[in-house]
Amino acid sequence: MTAYTATVTVRLKHGVLDPEAETTKQALERLGFELSELRSADRFEIDLEADDAAEAEERAESMAERLLANPTIHDYEVSAAPAAESA
Amino acid sequence: MTVAVIQFGGSNCDRDAVRALESLDIDAERVWHEDGLPADTTGVVVPGGFSYGDYLRAGAMAARSPIMDEVRDAAADGTPVLGVCNGAQIGCESGLTEGAFTTNKSARFQCEHVHLRVERADTPWTEHFEEGDVIEIPIAHGEGRFEITEERYDDLVDNDRVLFRYCDADGNVTDDANPNGSTHNVAGILGERESVAVLMPHPERATLPDVGGTDGENILTGFRA
Repeated sequence: MTAYTATVTVRLKHGVLDPEAETTKQALERLGFELSELRSADRFEIDLEADDAAEAEERAESMAERLLANPTIHDYEVSAAPAAESA
Repeated sequence: MTVAVIQFGGSNCDRDAVRALESLDIDAERVWHEDGLPADTTGVVVPGGFSYGDYLRAGAMAARSPIMDEVRDAAADGTPVLGVCNGAQIGCESGLTEGAFTTNKSARFQCEHVHLRVERADTPWTEHFEEGDVIEIPIAHGEGRFEITEERYDDLVDNDRVLFRYCDADGNVTDDANPNGSTHNVAGILGERESVAVLMPHPERATLPDVGGTDGENILTGFRA
């Protein structure tokens, strides 16, 4: 078993209105920034022990399906990499 | 014989629901979610509030708590189940009903009276109404925008699952009468069975005459059926 960090990124499906992102965009514009569009996403970093990266990804994917994402409104991406050595 | 009003940490409309039901002579009690459904449960209210602080998504945590397995089983057996506000979010998150309730188009919490058009009058929740009736009930939510894929929405309509739509005082379903940007003004929907319904507006806040309006009364009497 090896320590992995799986990363799950959950974002709204294309076309689903994101009022929070719109509000954030407007706040940036009030600060004088120029931008065309802003999208936000949730990123979960999950430390776990697994035999290999594929297993770590598979488990994280199942977490995304069961809880972290809502399939009605969300798409998600999963990746896994060996965990960074703790100091 | 009792309607179980499920209380999660952060529920805050549980007492109101019990009081409104009791005012209609419907026996009701608050049930802490960890205690499970009482053996004599004849109906379930999943009340409004902010269960688990709306962490992750409104209703996401409560929907995955063990008592919701019992609620799904009860619903499948025909026990009436009503999800209100946070309870509606939990209902969708738990798969009792289709779709999802998410951030209002305004990105603000909205607390106001709205008009609803009754889309089906042949359910336990609406049998005292006629199809097309307009009722007035308050909303109080930040995440009440009904979202669903177009394909699933078509299924909802084909299967006649839309129970209430936001409308103006004359019953016109318009964008102006849509308080939160809900898809096609959907305010409440039915589950697989007519005895399962969720809605964002609060019928329990429109039941006691002292707090103004009693249009919610005829929804809650669905528990008598």
